[in-house]
Amino acid sequence: MPENNKHSANSKPSFWNDPEKRSILFQILMVGAVILFILYIINNTMHNLETRGISTGFGFLSQNAGFDILLTLIPFDATYSFGRTFVVGLLNTLLVSFLGVICATILGFMLGIARLSHNWLIRKVATVYVEIFRNIPLLLQIFFWYFAVLQLLPSPKQSIELGGGTYLNVRGLYVPEPIAESGFGWVAIAFFASLIASVFLVRWAKKRLDETGNFFPAYWASLGLVVGVCLVTFLLAGSPMTLEYPELKGFNFQGGISIIPELSALLLALTIYTAAFIAEIVRSGIEAVDHGQTEAASALGLPRSRTLRLIVIPQAMRVVIPPLTSQYLNLIKNSSLATAIGYPDLVSVFAGTTLNQTGQAIEVIAMTMAVYLSISLLVSMFMNWYNKRMALVER
Amino acid sequence: MLHNDHKLPDLAPPISTTGLVGWARQNLFDTWLNSILTVVVGYFLITTLGPMLNWAFLDADFFGDSKDSCTSDGACWVFVTVRINQFIYGFYPESELWRINIMFAAFAVLIAALVIERTPHRGWIALFTLTLFPIISFYLLYGDAFGLEKVETHKWGGLMLTLVLAVVGIVAALPIGILLALGRRSEMAVARSFCTIFIEVWRGVPLISVLFMASVMFPLFVPEEMNLDKLLRALIGIVMFQSAYMAEVIRGGLQAIPKGQYEAAEAMGLSYWKSMGLIILPQALKIVIPGIVNTFIALFKDTSLVLIIGLFDILATMQAAITDPAWPRVSTEGYVFVAFVFWIFCFSMSRYSQSLERKLSTGHR
Repeated sequence: MPENNKHSANSKPSFWNDPEKRSILFQILMVGAVILFILYIINNTMHNLETRGISTGFGFLSQNAGFDILLTLIPFDATYSFGRTFVVGLLNTLLVSFLGVICATILGFMLGIARLSHNWLIRKVATVYVEIFRNIPLLLQIFFWYFAVLQLLPSPKQSIELGGGTYLNVRGLYVPEPIAESGFGWVAIAFFASLIASVFLVRWAKKRLDETGNFFPAYWASLGLVVGVCLVTFLLAGSPMTLEYPELKGFNFQGGISIIPELSALLLALTIYTAAFIAEIVRSGIEAVDHGQTEAASALGLPRSRTLRLIVIPQAMRVVIPPLTSQYLNLIKNSSLATAIGYPDLVSVFAGTTLNQTGQAIEVIAMTMAVYLSISLLVSMFMNWYNKRMALVER
Repeated sequence: MLHNDHKLPDLAPPISTTGLVGWARQNLFDTWLNSILTVVVGYFLITTLGPMLNWAFLDADFFGDSKDSCTSDGACWVFVTVRINQFIYGFYPESELWRINIMFAAFAVLIAALVIERTPHRGWIALFTLTLFPIISFYLLYGDAFGLEKVETHKWGGLMLTLVLAVVGIVAALPIGILLALGRRSEMAVARSFCTIFIEVWRGVPLISVLFMASVMFPLFVPEEMNLDKLLRALIGIVMFQSAYMAEVIRGGLQAIPKGQYEAAEAMGLSYWKSMGLIILPQALKIVIPGIVNTFIALFKDTSLVLIIGLFDILATMQAAITDPAWPRVSTEGYVFVAFVFWIFCFSMSRYSQSLERKLSTGHR
């Protein structure tokens, strides 16, 4: 570069050639551009809102909602406020996500282990399941369960009786509801007391195993302890619980717990779809465990089931947890598809009905997005913490 | 010393370990638990698969022109065959369908040329597919130029709209994703934080809320006289959402490039953009092709969500068609057909990405 050599006596490069100064200039320009862009959008929005006569602000949250919601975990009717619809929707989202995460994890782990089974038939069935269900859009699966399966169930009068006071019809699944009577508090106290006792039991068993090498089946013992103590207290308190059975009255069932078909369809589809992904994660996690570990375990004489439980799965979990977290987050975000079949989740109730009734698009969408963002951040923070705890400590 | 030179011929393995019997013993009935599982699962499969096959093929009606052609109790595929044009082309005018067919054919040829390894000049073909082809397709589909009749976007629908959404989503998200990934790894604190916030925000929210935002908030963001088309709004939403995921995939590729490559590029005196464009990105993008295909599969499935904001992709077209009173009780057939279309696309793409992964993993380590 001949030009540069001419100025070599002057060690300071020109302004444009100094990377540090250039980067500062770039960053100032970037901030400026972003601020200008945001100002442009705000300006447009303000103007548009003014011409449409929409006032901004969160005042609408305290106004009267005036519509009903199909499923509410907290008391709600048309006289409650729009702010309350937000909470109702959020709780419904959390309900279906929570149930979905549990079911998908169980089914996914079973399928993942089945994909590595020694049994040819089981292996193939699991493979076909995974390849079918992860390659079909979730929305289509939700529609299928809702419109093609659950809508074809018989009317309440011809309900399918599943036994034990449980009925299935086009309006939903009806199961008996346990109702606590006075004295049930004792059972709850007994439950927590035995739970605390089992924690100490497990700790004692681990200490004994470390010190003497004698194995004590602490988990089975604590299970027995909790169940036994609760049962004895329950009987001593005079069985303070009754079951309320659903009964056909008029056109529909009254009493008991009713599970609306929207919830069942969404839960089924979310579980089946996410389980296919979890199965693949579990399979690759188990395959990532070095084969020498399994061989060492069988050399020690451990049976196959205990090899899997004590040697393979704890090590596989390290590989499994990060992608599993993102599947859980996907499931939570995917639960927003509820809006397509009318399950009253956050998007359906708040970003749907409330938005349409109030017209406060910006506030409503911002609140909805903020909820999902915070859930994402919270879950990934928790999983990072868990991941650190589980991480391999090299010695 | 006793020494036996001639070996006895090997005995044939016991009959119970060879052939079908031996295979079944080893793979289906090796322990009592496996035997029970085999019997239970086998019984379950026979009792469900048989009626399903009967319903779908043996007892089904395939051709005809109305519901009355469905005389047997199996599936009524007549519903699908009669309306196949609607499911593929949406409400596109019948006389102009050749335009979509040309685009489909050209797209298929380009994809085939890119997948087959012996094609000469694959790089140029890839460049053409990513740049000129979308522009040509746009004029072909939208018209209003070169003597082609204008076809408004609200007439677009069916499989064609699904493909448009997915392809535009991925093609437009690629350059934005590259910039975001570079920005997230940049040494400039401002660029890094902007890109990180952008990526994490879009990745943290569901696509539905993005689409809602695109349909209700975008019109507020632009000057009053500017009228954003519904399809365009959805596309902007999808592209922003997708570019965040794309950025993370590409960032993975950038991180996989050894540090020596960055340092060597710097030592050669290449500027930032030259070292990225000539040294780092060509290698990084090659590694992440399977990842890009996987995001494309996810996007392809996710395009079905546009039905919520009122666009008629293949699923929405089907959803509307099954409520037609002239065709009662065909919802299962409809959903199975759409599921089959999606499955064919997604499954073949995932197989391609897996084979690519195997091929790339041997060469580069």
